[in-house]
Amino acid sequence: MNYPDDRRYTKEHEWIRAEGDNGTVGITHHAQQELGDIVYVDLPKVGARIEQGKSLGSVESVKAVSDIYSPVSGEIIEVNEALAQTPEKLNEDPHGAAWLVKIRLSAPDEVKKLLSAADYHAYVGAES
Amino acid sequence: MPQSVSLKRTPLHAVHVSLGARMVDFGGWEMPVQYSGLVDEHYAVRRAVGLFDVSHMGEIEIRGREAMQLVDYVSTNAAAKLHIGQAQYSGLLYEHGGFVDDILVHKVADDHFFLCVNASNQEKDFDHIRGANRFDAVVDFASDRYAQLAIQGPLGLRTLEKLTPVDLARIGYYWFTDGMVSGTPARIARTGYTGEDGFEIYIAPAEAPRVWNEILEAGREFGIKPCGLGARNTLRLEAKMALYGHEIHASINPLEADLGWIVKLDKGDFIGRPVLAKQKEQGLRRKLVGFEMRGRGIGRDGYEVRLDGAPAGWVTSGSPAPSLNRNIGLCYLPAGEARVGRKIEVMVRNQAVEAETVSTPFYKRAKSA
Repeated sequence: MNYPDDRRYTKEHEWIRAEGDNGTVGITHHAQQELGDIVYVDLPKVGARIEQGKSLGSVESVKAVSDIYSPVSGEIIEVNEALAQTPEKLNEDPHGAAWLVKIRLSAPDEVKKLLSAADYHAYVGAES
Repeated sequence: MPQSVSLKRTPLHAVHVSLGARMVDFGGWEMPVQYSGLVDEHYAVRRAVGLFDVSHMGEIEIRGREAMQLVDYVSTNAAAKLHIGQAQYSGLLYEHGGFVDDILVHKVADDHFFLCVNASNQEKDFDHIRGANRFDAVVDFASDRYAQLAIQGPLGLRTLEKLTPVDLARIGYYWFTDGMVSGTPARIARTGYTGEDGFEIYIAPAEAPRVWNEILEAGREFGIKPCGLGARNTLRLEAKMALYGHEIHASINPLEADLGWIVKLDKGDFIGRPVLAKQKEQGLRRKLVGFEMRGRGIGRDGYEVRLDGAPAGWVTSGSPAPSLNRNIGLCYLPAGEARVGRKIEVMVRNQAVEAETVSTPFYKRAKSA
């Protein structure tokens, strides 16, 4: 699997693509594969304040429910509302159209400490 | 995920890995949970045919002049009523009435019974049966001698018949026969854990990879898919078949589990009978019942169930039902409340979500000719 190098990754299998003070957050291909057929996506409301490492929502598949941990701290400025109606998009395009939320970063330096694409790839390669 | 070196593997482990299956720890066994995808595999079984490796299941053979008496004494169903070549779902109970395991009993001959038991319970079952053996019978732990494959779905028969001279259509539901499959001796049973027609075959472990591949090849024209434990779970749940560790365990008896049909109180003494007879007379405390979610959410194993706001029971299994496009589950409720049409609330991650008890099974296949 190709993990795009325009973003950073967490060991909990989220990604964030930062542009200036804002970042787009999603879950990785590896995460969707582990979960299998996704049936629900629960996301926070716009305006919610989120802390790095804390739950920002959950993804539920036929098999299991899994928390999404925020890769950064900040405020939710946009939510991918389409996922409520089409949660299966998370299986199909987790790195693209099925992003989860956009966050205004309160501590942009947090991003730099996350895993690079190569490091994440090595991490999931070793894990599986 | 770091995996313990002590996980047991079936003879098909390398085959699963080569097919790209996602492997998980299932009760100490490294088993495929899915290949192409749970829902995809689920539909393959409902509409065509799926192939499962269930070699982790255990086998116990009981032989001897009083083999039937021993089986009848340790199990709840009437082993004495079985004909040669017939199989029966049954329960192994403790004296207090709780489940040691649920099992399939096959009568091979008057002096030979073949038991298929749950993987994680096999040693416990063996000890339990041996401990109760005051009969002229020998209890043999046979799991190492068998691999088991399940060919399930409406096109299972047409798949398997390409590989055997046995007239499969003549094997009735819950009957079996011994014959050749892919040139190797097999016990061929018309049983399953999916709610579909199909077969479970028991073969020598060394033959399993070859037979597996030949079944996949034979079923290719029908769209056969290798299926993992994920689909096995949604299929059995739709058909309301119990799973040990969920619907049944040591603290649950078969009457509570809505399995009264496998309890034959009139057959004579068996382990657990006095407690069950008393419960039947005095009434049950709790009972298993099916439910459907009405609100948004999935009631999963272990979630609390409330009645009118007060804690009243727990979910034993819950999942989206791919065949039904609804979220279904099974739960224990106080026996007096376990009736169809009761509004309940399932606590889904600290939120009460509305649900309603429904009749089961959730899914029933159309009767074939």
